[in-house]
Amino acid sequence: MAAAIDTILQGVLLGGLYALFATGLSLSFGIMRMVNVAHGDLIILASYLAWVTVATLGMNAFAAALVVVPAMTVVGYGLQRYVLNPVLSDDPLPPLLVTFGLSVIIQNLLLEGFSADARGIDAGVIETASLALGGDLAVGWLPLLVFASAVAVIAGLELLLSRTPLGRAFRATSDDQTVAQLMGIDNRHLYAVAMALACAVTGIAGIYLAIRTTFGPMMGPSQLLFAFEAVIIGGMGSLWGTLAGGVLLGVSQSIGFRLDPGWGILTGHLAFLAVLVMRPQGLFARTRDA
Amino acid sequence: MSFLSTHKLEAGYGDFRALFGIDFEVAEGEAVAIIGANGAGKSTLLKSISGLVRPPPGSIRFRGAPIAGLSAPAVVAAGIAMVPEGRRLFPSLSVEENLLVGAHTRRPGPWTVDRVLDLFPALAPRRTTPATLLSGGQQQMVAIGRALMSNPALLLCDEISLGLAPVVVKSIYEAIPGIRADGTTIILVEQDVGRALAVADRVYCLQEGRVSLHGRPASLTREQITAAYFGV
Repeated sequence: MAAAIDTILQGVLLGGLYALFATGLSLSFGIMRMVNVAHGDLIILASYLAWVTVATLGMNAFAAALVVVPAMTVVGYGLQRYVLNPVLSDDPLPPLLVTFGLSVIIQNLLLEGFSADARGIDAGVIETASLALGGDLAVGWLPLLVFASAVAVIAGLELLLSRTPLGRAFRATSDDQTVAQLMGIDNRHLYAVAMALACAVTGIAGIYLAIRTTFGPMMGPSQLLFAFEAVIIGGMGSLWGTLAGGVLLGVSQSIGFRLDPGWGILTGHLAFLAVLVMRPQGLFARTRDA
Repeated sequence: MSFLSTHKLEAGYGDFRALFGIDFEVAEGEAVAIIGANGAGKSTLLKSISGLVRPPPGSIRFRGAPIAGLSAPAVVAAGIAMVPEGRRLFPSLSVEENLLVGAHTRRPGPWTVDRVLDLFPALAPRRTTPATLLSGGQQQMVAIGRALMSNPALLLCDEISLGLAPVVVKSIYEAIPGIRADGTTIILVEQDVGRALAVADRVYCLQEGRVSLHGRPASLTREQITAAYFGV
């Protein structure tokens, strides 16, 4: 019994990391109706940024967020405004191809700059410290912190979307970008702000990834896959759905790992496949026509 | 100097040309109707003014400044708002949120959510209702109110009677004097010719992308209008 609870608990917490991976992707799909294939590589880029910050400035791994998140925000704004906006149209293919190209470019630049060696960030005792829950159960502080961050980020973004003028403009543009322009909303700027937000979250995800595991230049596509699965399972355009999708993916993987260490990733994919077959719009789809 | 004028305006979509040298003028405070058959270029004319279609620079002037080629948001900031054909409310937003999006540019002026609800009392109890749950007439009222929220000097209305019952159309048109009371200039594209002639100070008839007739409704005969409309 304790083993079962432990498996699910670890899976839920792992889901927090996947939700952080997926939030940026969910935002850019929900608002721009654009699939960013380079999303995973942006996560890895943020991990390297965090690594460089820690190595050169000697900062604490968590304090590195003060550098990484603003830097990723600027990267996101510039990327959307000057690279992606010009190729956005009714045709979904051009941005898909451009972000695919971007993915290859980021991977190779990282390889060129940092070699293929695996890197990692040492965050100190928090990496191994755990909280005893009684019985044989314990959860690590780091996974708890990651999960709490995911909930905080998503709650913050949901508040922004539902309560602020900026959020209203995001939703209006997502509904009908032509009419949004007739209301005076400059969609090029708005899209760039959305991507800046997406990349800010990606920055947080990249730091946690770097603390949690070692990483290399070519790891982006597999992070993209997890993020993508979390978004699809949760339903496109719903951020709480993305969290639920991340959790479902995390729990499935955790169960698989428990059954056999080689099965974890596979069971995650199988859960994704099952959702895709039975409920292709995702569990909490909010966007219409998606 | 006229309030809004177009000079030899040419516009279209890709290889398709919809307007051929339109000369069109509106004075401040006027209500001008544009009538014409389907495909005559009425909507394209409105879209050219509002920036959804980008005609060559210099062909449209608003309050003395060239606006042709400006983006739609820049046109709104200059004081021109459009009620798009088919209402096109934001479906995931409530009535109030739809109106507030209209105020995005924060142009100063008299229009507020409460004032729009005064203009269309039918909307008052639906303030927090999702826009998709409104009747067609109520949606049209929100669409007009949403455009007014930018406090425009010029309001463009594209087919506001389309698909609505006559009694609903009547109640919407009854709001127009209240909109004009502040000096707001109105250009109406309307397929309901009787309605257009009743409300407008002047009328333009388009036919195949050209102005086929213009004048004051009282000075035009039924035969002239029929000929200009159908080209017979």
